[in-house]
Amino acid sequence: MAVFGKCIRGAALLAGVAMVWAAPAAADTIKIGASLSVTGPASFLGDPEAKTLEMYVEKLNAEGGVNGKQLELIVYDDSADANKARTFATRLVEDDEVVAVVGGSTTGTTMAMIPVFEDAGIPFISLAGAVVIIDPVKEFTFKTPHTDRMACEKIFADMQAKGIARIGMISGTGGFDKSMREQCLEVVGNYGIEIVADETYGPSDSDMTPQLTNIKNAAGLQAVVNPGFGQGPAIVTRNYKQLDIEVPLYQSHGVASKSFIDLAGDAAEGVRLPASALLVADKLPDDDPQKAVVVEYKTTYEEKTGQPVSTFGGHAYDGLMILVEAMKRAGSEDPKAIRDEIEKTSGFMGTAGVVNMSPEDHMGLDLTAFRMLEIRSGDWTLAE
Amino acid sequence: MGKLLSHRLAVPVVIALLVVALSFAMPSNFYYRVAALVWISALAVIGLNLLMGYAGQVSLGHAGFFGIGAYAVAVLPAQFGLHPLVAALAGAVATAAIAFLVGRPILRLKGHYLAVATLGFGILIAMTISNEAWLTGGPDGMPVERLTLFGWRVRGADTWYWISGGLLVIGAWIACNLVASPTGRALRALHDSEVAARVAGIDVARAKLTVFVISAVYASVAGSTLALVNGFVTPDKANFLHSIELVTMVVLGGMGSILGSLAGAAILVVLPQVLTGFHDYEHMILGLIMMVIMIVLRAGIVPSLAAFFQGRRNK
Repeated sequence: MAVFGKCIRGAALLAGVAMVWAAPAAADTIKIGASLSVTGPASFLGDPEAKTLEMYVEKLNAEGGVNGKQLELIVYDDSADANKARTFATRLVEDDEVVAVVGGSTTGTTMAMIPVFEDAGIPFISLAGAVVIIDPVKEFTFKTPHTDRMACEKIFADMQAKGIARIGMISGTGGFDKSMREQCLEVVGNYGIEIVADETYGPSDSDMTPQLTNIKNAAGLQAVVNPGFGQGPAIVTRNYKQLDIEVPLYQSHGVASKSFIDLAGDAAEGVRLPASALLVADKLPDDDPQKAVVVEYKTTYEEKTGQPVSTFGGHAYDGLMILVEAMKRAGSEDPKAIRDEIEKTSGFMGTAGVVNMSPEDHMGLDLTAFRMLEIRSGDWTLAE
Repeated sequence: MGKLLSHRLAVPVVIALLVVALSFAMPSNFYYRVAALVWISALAVIGLNLLMGYAGQVSLGHAGFFGIGAYAVAVLPAQFGLHPLVAALAGAVATAAIAFLVGRPILRLKGHYLAVATLGFGILIAMTISNEAWLTGGPDGMPVERLTLFGWRVRGADTWYWISGGLLVIGAWIACNLVASPTGRALRALHDSEVAARVAGIDVARAKLTVFVISAVYASVAGSTLALVNGFVTPDKANFLHSIELVTMVVLGGMGSILGSLAGAAILVVLPQVLTGFHDYEHMILGLIMMVIMIVLRAGIVPSLAAFFQGRRNK
């Protein structure tokens, strides 16, 4: 029996340790929670998001906090595991008793957490892409990044303006790629564009020449779009150049990082893609209303972390600022009051664009949020 | 005392007492949830332990069965309007059928070959779930209808604590009975020496297949339960890493020990929650603790401690 005594004592000890960790903080702070994928397969999302939140909460506190109170940020690392995220969501609500939550780096973790926050009535601003998060609208759930559907629309609008009507599509089988491919297929008809070839590749494929050859051979091809993420699009871009395909190549916002240009090399020349203004912060004209915000965020982030800015960190900035402004307007830390004010956000200028929320739209971005970029001499340039 | 413990009801009774006793020490729903996750993982681990610890066969694809159970309660109610409980049952039956079909050829293999074959099977299931987005929601996962029983909507971490705790006790009880049955003796015999077992008149292939199917059903039921608790499923519960996690729980807790399965599951579910305070060092410390356990308690937590106390008493 001694063994079991030991076991139970061990369990009690563990529980005790856990309770010490969760010791309540001083009452005059406002607790904000976050469950982000800081490590694991989505760390490229979670890492800049966590850094951004920590950086700006520190900054806000140094400036006197919100409503005269200091902010207390609690960040958990769910390593993109939906089950873990759900547990942390419960922990944030039940144990840490936060008034609002920013984040959920991936669509999977976000969707797993939503029921917890909806049940508890805690406002939740997700940093994940998919449209299902806010469509249908859920009372307490918001999001800051543009959806993949908007990226498709931006690309197709650009094609339409150039008189392109017959295109090829090549996409990966990963989560981002697949979701965006479906959204593109859904809206492509609205722009009078026909998809004449639709090819896919696996996440770890190292050569897409066969698929691209099929596309190249499609009759009347006028452009190719590659909804993709990770290294796949870089390989597509290289193969595209090798096969000497003459028509324009469109990439998605999924490749909007400097490493894409490095990987694709010279082949990236002339590639067009929709992306956030953050990427071209320095190149925006001075009269651009978004310039001040993106330049400020870019400088702060790069100074503090020594790493190049990413749009994902920008989503966290937008989420935190929307929340802080809502708390200021509400003048209280009541989750319900905060929720109501988040929904009334209008004219907020974030790194992703102008946010105008409403009871029907819990994201509040429109197509102007995206800029059409073209890669010229190894750098992003504004195409519009 | 020793005699009392070796009774085949002892382990389920101990687990039942633990479930009841811990419920008095729960400060909030968060703790209920973590405990419920421990019970659910332990259920899958008990099943895998029957296969690994008693029959001596390894499976690196058990998360596949877990995934089948989880997606059964997600897909069947959404597509065909089945009640979640019926769906869970259908998932268990389907898992048993698949395990039976796959097990026949796979279990002819031994050692590394068996490991690779089960690994391949697990990856196959995970890929199917990821790729058939029209049915499973793809890599982003899909929501699971909430369970309603006689008009009562099952929700809340404390409710699930009792339900999953109850399932664990039943699972432990069945496992203990199985181990004490002729099949259990046959399994231990073939663990020690397949040739000797065959000479003793044991149908080795049949015994292996039986325990493979049973352990797959454990994983499936655990998967269904987790999906119902979470109200959402993602393919990562069916993937290779989760298979490894289950195997680690078995080895850490102790091969061939039902209570060890619970200990292994408890450590790997609770520790990450306790260690979040260490931020960047969390994974390092977790790895270190696991290494120390395996170095100090070679046979796994429960068997090693049991042997230690047994030794002291005999002195």
